[in-house]
Amino acid sequence: MAIGSSRGTGVSSTQPATDASGATDSTAATGRILGGYLVPNQPHPLLAPEQSPGWQSLHDSYARLRAEIEASDADLLLLFSTRWVSIIGHQIQADPEPHFWVVDEDFHELGTLRYQLRMDAAFAETYRECANARGLHARTVAYQGFPIDVGSITALKLLNPNNRIPACIVSCNVYSDRQETLVLGKAALDAVKKSGRKAIVVGVSALSNRMFTDYIDPATDRIHSLKDDEWNRKLLELFAAGRLEDVSQLSREFSRQANGDSKMKAIWWLAAAMGQNNDYRGTVFDYQPVYGTGAALVGLLPYPGAGGGLEYDEDDSGFFHGDRNVIATAEASAAPATLEP
Amino acid sequence: MYSAVNHNSKTKGRIVRGCLAPHPPHLVFAANPPQNEPQASGAGAWQGLLAGYAAMRRSLEAAEFDVVIVHTPHWKTRRGHHLLGVEHFKGLSVDPIFPNLFRFNFDLHIDVELAEAIHAEGEQRGLVMSMMRNPEFRVDYGTITSCYLTRPAFDLPIVAISSARSYFDYSNEVGEREMLALGEATKIAVEKTGRRALLLASCSLSHRHFTEEPEDPEDPAFEHIYNANQAKWDRHVLDLIERGCNRQLLDEMPDFMEQSASECKDGSLTWLMGAMDVPQLGGIVHGYGTVIGTGNAVVEWRLDQAEVQV
Repeated sequence: MAIGSSRGTGVSSTQPATDASGATDSTAATGRILGGYLVPNQPHPLLAPEQSPGWQSLHDSYARLRAEIEASDADLLLLFSTRWVSIIGHQIQADPEPHFWVVDEDFHELGTLRYQLRMDAAFAETYRECANARGLHARTVAYQGFPIDVGSITALKLLNPNNRIPACIVSCNVYSDRQETLVLGKAALDAVKKSGRKAIVVGVSALSNRMFTDYIDPATDRIHSLKDDEWNRKLLELFAAGRLEDVSQLSREFSRQANGDSKMKAIWWLAAAMGQNNDYRGTVFDYQPVYGTGAALVGLLPYPGAGGGLEYDEDDSGFFHGDRNVIATAEASAAPATLEP
Repeated sequence: MYSAVNHNSKTKGRIVRGCLAPHPPHLVFAANPPQNEPQASGAGAWQGLLAGYAAMRRSLEAAEFDVVIVHTPHWKTRRGHHLLGVEHFKGLSVDPIFPNLFRFNFDLHIDVELAEAIHAEGEQRGLVMSMMRNPEFRVDYGTITSCYLTRPAFDLPIVAISSARSYFDYSNEVGEREMLALGEATKIAVEKTGRRALLLASCSLSHRHFTEEPEDPEDPAFEHIYNANQAKWDRHVLDLIERGCNRQLLDEMPDFMEQSASECKDGSLTWLMGAMDVPQLGGIVHGYGTVIGTGNAVVEWRLDQAEVQV
C-alpha cells in the first residue's frame, strides 16, 4: 500500500540542516539533523510479521529505511516514543547499554522482546541541559531493568539492528500539549547543535489509533474504519510532499477526526526538531494496518526551497513556563495534603 | 510466606471485604521495604496515607482470606480484560514513570484457577477476556503496590485483572457497563470456586498530577491537591462512600471522571462496586491524602460484618 515519493529518496549527508532555533554558536556548527522518520509503535512487524500481509510488508519496508540510514553518516538516532509515557516532565534514556526484556501488555502472546541497545549517554545529558534551559522539567534515567518501551525497541531493532549508531530516547508526557512538545523538539535541535552530533530524528507513533478491541484473524487486518483510512491517506499525501509543518498544523484536527495517537505529539516534536517548515523531501515507504491502527513508514529529508506557503493556525513557543499553580486557587494551595475523612 | 491453600469448591465462596487501595509508588518508596532499591529520606510527605493503610491492615487482620483480587489501572489492555495466568512471577519491576522511586523485587503467586473462573464468567457475560500466559511478563507496579501496602507479607495468592480501555475507546457509559459486568463475573467466580476473597480497587480518586518533582520527592512542602475542584470532588465522593450511597456514586461517576480527571476512569472502583453488588453499606475511610497533586483514599467495606441490603 505504498503511497510513493514525491521527490525521490536517499539521505544526503551534505544537505545543510535547517536552523529553527536561531542559534549562532559558531563552535557548534557541526551538529545538525540529517533527516527524520515516522515509524509505527506496535511490535507486530518485528515479532510476528508472518501472521499478516500488512505486518510483513512493514517488516520488509524497514529495509529501505535501514539502507538510507546506513548510507548516511549519522552518529545518533534520536527517538520520541508515544509508548513511553511520563508524568514528571520528560525522561531521557541515558543507560549506555540497556539490556533486559519486555512483554507487550496487550499482545503478550506474541512473545518476549529481548533487547541489548546502545545509548548515547553524553548526548542524553546534553539534551537534558537544553530542555532545562528552555524551562522544561527533564531528567535522565539509567536503571538496570528499566522497561524500555515496546515502540522504541521495535524501531531500534528494525532501523539499527546491530546498534551501529548509538541512540537516545525521550518520553512523551501524558499532560503535555502542543506548546510543551514544540519546546521539547526545539531543545532536541539545540542539543544536536551543541553536541556536534549528526542526528536522525525518529517519531515512534501510530497515525489513526483506533484499535480492534476484540481478537481478529491477523490475515484479515485492516484500518479500523474508512474514515480513519481516508484521514491517514490525507496526512500521508502531505508527508509525501514533504510538508511536515503542514502536518503538524493539522495534527489537532487529525486527532479529533481519526483518534490520532497521543494527540500526534510525535509529529509536533518531529516538526519542531526539524525546523518547523515544509522544506523536505518526503517519502512514504509504506502504510499498513496494525490491528486496526494506521502504521506508516515515512522519511523526511531537508530540501531547502521545496515547501509551499505556510499557514500557521497554531501559536509557536520557545520556552515552557510550567503548569504548577497555573490553575491552582489560593484555596487549593492552602488545602492540607491530608484531609480528615 | 506464601503457602498454597486447598480450596473447597463445594463451599460457596464469598467476597469478605472490598477495599479502595490506591497505588502511588511513592508510598512503597516511603515505607523503605527491603524489596525496593531506592531509599526514602523520611521527610514525611505522605504520612496520612501511610497511616490510613496501616489502619486498614489492622482492620483486615480480623478477617480470613484465601486470595487477593486486584484490578489495576497500570496494566492497560485494549483487547478486553486480561488476567495473569501463570502460577508464579518473580523479578524486578521498575516503574517507567517513577524509576527513581520504585524498583521492586517482586515474588508473586497467582491463583490461576480462580483467574480462569473469572475469565469464563466474563466470557459468559459477553466480555472480551484473555489469559496472560507469558511467564516473562513483568507484573505492573499498580498490582504490586496495592498488594504490598495492603498485605506486605505477600502470603496469599493473588489474581490480577487488567484495565480494559473501554472508557477511552468507546465512552464512560460503555466502560461502566463493562466494569459492572466484570464485577459480577468476579463475584460469581469467587462463589463457585469457594474462595474467601479480599478485593482491591487499585486507583486514586482525582488524578491530575503535578508534572514537576522536588529534589527530595518526599518533601512535604511540595505536596497539596492539584486544584480546589479536585479537592471538592474527592470530599463529595468520600461523603457518598461513607454514607453508603454507592448507587448515587455510580450515577455520578461519569461526571466525576471527567471533571476531576479521576483514575476511576480506569474502571477499578466500578468493578469493585459491581463485585459487591453495589451495597447500601458505608465504606470506612481509613485515610485520605495527596500524592503529587492527586487525591487518594484508603477505604474498606466490611461485607462480613454487615447485613448487606442490595
